[in-house]
Amino acid sequence: MHLETDVLVIGAGGAGMYAAIEASRAGASVILADRSLIGRGGATVMAQMTVAAALGDREPDSWEYHLSDTLAAGRGLCDETLAAMVCEEGPGRIREMDAWKVGWARDGEHIAQVHAPGHDRARCVYVEVLSTGPAVSKTLRTQLNLVSGVRRIGDLAIVDIVVEDGRACGAVAIHIPTSEIVTIAATSVIIATGGLTRLYRRNSASSNMGGDGYALALRAGAPLIDMEFVQFFPIGHLAPRLVGMDPIMWDPFRYKLGGKLLNSEMHEFETDYARSDQRSDGNYVLTRDLATYAISKEVEAGRGSPAGGAYLSFQHVPEDVIRKSFGPVVDRLAANGIDLATQLVEVAPIAHYHMGGVQVNAQLETNIEGLYACGEAIGGANGANRLSGNAITEAFVFGARAGVNAAERAKRARTRWSDAAAKPAVALLRSAEKRDTPNPAHLVADLQALMADKVGPFRTQQKLGEAIAALDDMTKAIGDQPWSSAEPFDTVLLDWLDLRNMLLVAKSVAVPALARTESRGAHQRDDFPGLDDSWTLNQTIALAGDRLDLAKRVPSSRKVPV
Amino acid sequence: MKAVLDIRRGAPGETPHNQTFDVPFEPGQSILDGLRALRRDVDPSLAFRFACINANACKECMMLIDGKVDYACTVRLKEGVTTLAPLPKKALVRDLVTEIAPPDERLHLKS
Ligand SMILES: Cc1cc2nc3c(=O)[nH]c(=O)nc-3n(C[C@H](O)[C@H](O)[C@H](O)COP(=O)(O)OP(=O)(O)OC[C@H]3O[C@@H](n4cnc5c(N)ncnc54)[C@H](O)[C@@H]3O)c2cc1C
Ligand code: FES
Repeated sequence: MHLETDVLVIGAGGAGMYAAIEASRAGASVILADRSLIGRGGATVMAQMTVAAALGDREPDSWEYHLSDTLAAGRGLCDETLAAMVCEEGPGRIREMDAWKVGWARDGEHIAQVHAPGHDRARCVYVEVLSTGPAVSKTLRTQLNLVSGVRRIGDLAIVDIVVEDGRACGAVAIHIPTSEIVTIAATSVIIATGGLTRLYRRNSASSNMGGDGYALALRAGAPLIDMEFVQFFPIGHLAPRLVGMDPIMWDPFRYKLGGKLLNSEMHEFETDYARSDQRSDGNYVLTRDLATYAISKEVEAGRGSPAGGAYLSFQHVPEDVIRKSFGPVVDRLAANGIDLATQLVEVAPIAHYHMGGVQVNAQLETNIEGLYACGEAIGGANGANRLSGNAITEAFVFGARAGVNAAERAKRARTRWSDAAAKPAVALLRSAEKRDTPNPAHLVADLQALMADKVGPFRTQQKLGEAIAALDDMTKAIGDQPWSSAEPFDTVLLDWLDLRNMLLVAKSVAVPALARTESRGAHQRDDFPGLDDSWTLNQTIALAGDRLDLAKRVPSSRKVPV
Repeated sequence: MKAVLDIRRGAPGETPHNQTFDVPFEPGQSILDGLRALRRDVDPSLAFRFACINANACKECMMLIDGKVDYACTVRLKEGVTTLAPLPKKALVRDLVTEIAPPDERLHLKS
């Protein structure tokens, strides 16, 4: 099948849906495609906590204060223009969502704002109870229905972007329920595919977060930036098995109730790792990076919990206090057989968010004309670490901007769809052979284990070198001819296509991690502890044939308009 | 502990057949955990829908579990036999996958 549109948006999370709405409002025809169902497949619908914006209703605030917190977290590596865009335009998007009845929690007549770690004041809005993501997704879906001109297509996985003469002109996709090959001609293409945390064994990812967008960009010729910075969330749920709840759910508990981290000797170890120069985040003893460090080191020293993490205890908190703060969640925990008043749970660092991503300019355009990117898929705004609450804000702000810019370009430019340029991707899909050994689903698990063991939060030259060699071997093992099982919903083909992307993206994390011989933010080298000022540089990575080439740049500072 | 999953398989136009699998598990694990382990360790061609895995947010994993419509990610594995079948009122895609997208969010629009 062949489709045509002004703007193709790849991925229907917060960023993609906002982009589609804005592109349509700007007069473009839009196809919004998602490999899953619209508004359900990625991180947006799973978010539970807060969204940061300097509204200044409750206490005085300014986007510049928000920006200085964002830049501090980014440890010198933020693209200041992009970071400023998030902070300056965030409040407008939060109010727009409010007008669209997302249901931000209220504090009297104001939108309620809480103080989240790393922010200098109460700046983060939310939807009760732990429902921010579902509410955001539903609201944007409703708006999508209201604007005209957005064709929404679920179950459509984009396999490659088509580039002709340095310009994006569409994409090649596979329709999952039928395995039909679909070509889409588009004047502007927007990558809004979210993050890559599915690369790791322990993660907060959905099944669609293997980093497709990064691989799409690389193969299209667009560089990525800051790929070595993967954020680990220190207290992801580990055991006992909890169903129907997100693994990052303990954060608000710990923040409100002050949960204690214990090792196998029941020793509260956090204070052992607290450094005098380290700013404590509100109720926490340790920042996210340091808590991740502390838990990992306890496990390494043989003092981990049985499942390989730390214990989290709320036994010191009176039962009625727990219930008062988290009533409905306490009931869900009870359904899982967990009573916090009498029981410990086990937690461990899990891959949670990606700071790096597609390199874009202030128009959200990549170095390929007509190819835009937004949301978690782009790098730059967060530098070496992200403030909590900034991810949803950036999804809205960058999504909206990318949508408008892509639509404007579609008015100026003309599509030159090229069958010839689409041919390699179409031929790739056609060449699939019936085969399921080795089991590709097992290879995905092997890749996740490799990344966790060798490219996790604490890195060494040796581990990274081994990872790169193993990734090269796996890439050879899967070859260039896709594997396939059955025509409709071809799970083996989808695994193979995922591996094709995940292996490339994993390498684009490991290679700059090996090159960066210092520790900064989310990138920690056991063999190079401490920040090295001469590394106040971003690394970019681009695909040249089969080779990944690294380059350095000075972080882009803000151009203040005169 | 060991669960037995009795799974209805097949694509439209084929005669559906049931296949049973033994799945080792730990208490608390979900049916979805079992299905994912089956794909990883036994049969990667087994088809079922899911996205969020833990959060029960995406609502994609609905199927017929012991005859009742439920989420594979919230129903727990149990010892003995559990039967799994695709949703009865939706068009079958393959195995446990049915067409659940809203009609106007599909590639092939009904005209
Ligand atoms: C569990 C969890 C909780 C979080 N909580 C918070 C929070 O409280 N506050 C906060 O600010 N941030 C939070 N974050 C981070 C934040 O949710 C994400 O960064 C943000 O939602 C990303 O939005 P997005 O639109 O860029 O990507 P996503 O919402 O991930 O959407 C990407 C979409 O692209 C689709 N896609 C991917 N590849 C393809 C392809 N090849 N073809 C077609 N479609 C494709 C996916 O199916 C998906 O639907 C959380 C993240 C997680 C995982
Ligand atoms: S997998 Fe998302 S609701 Fe079950």
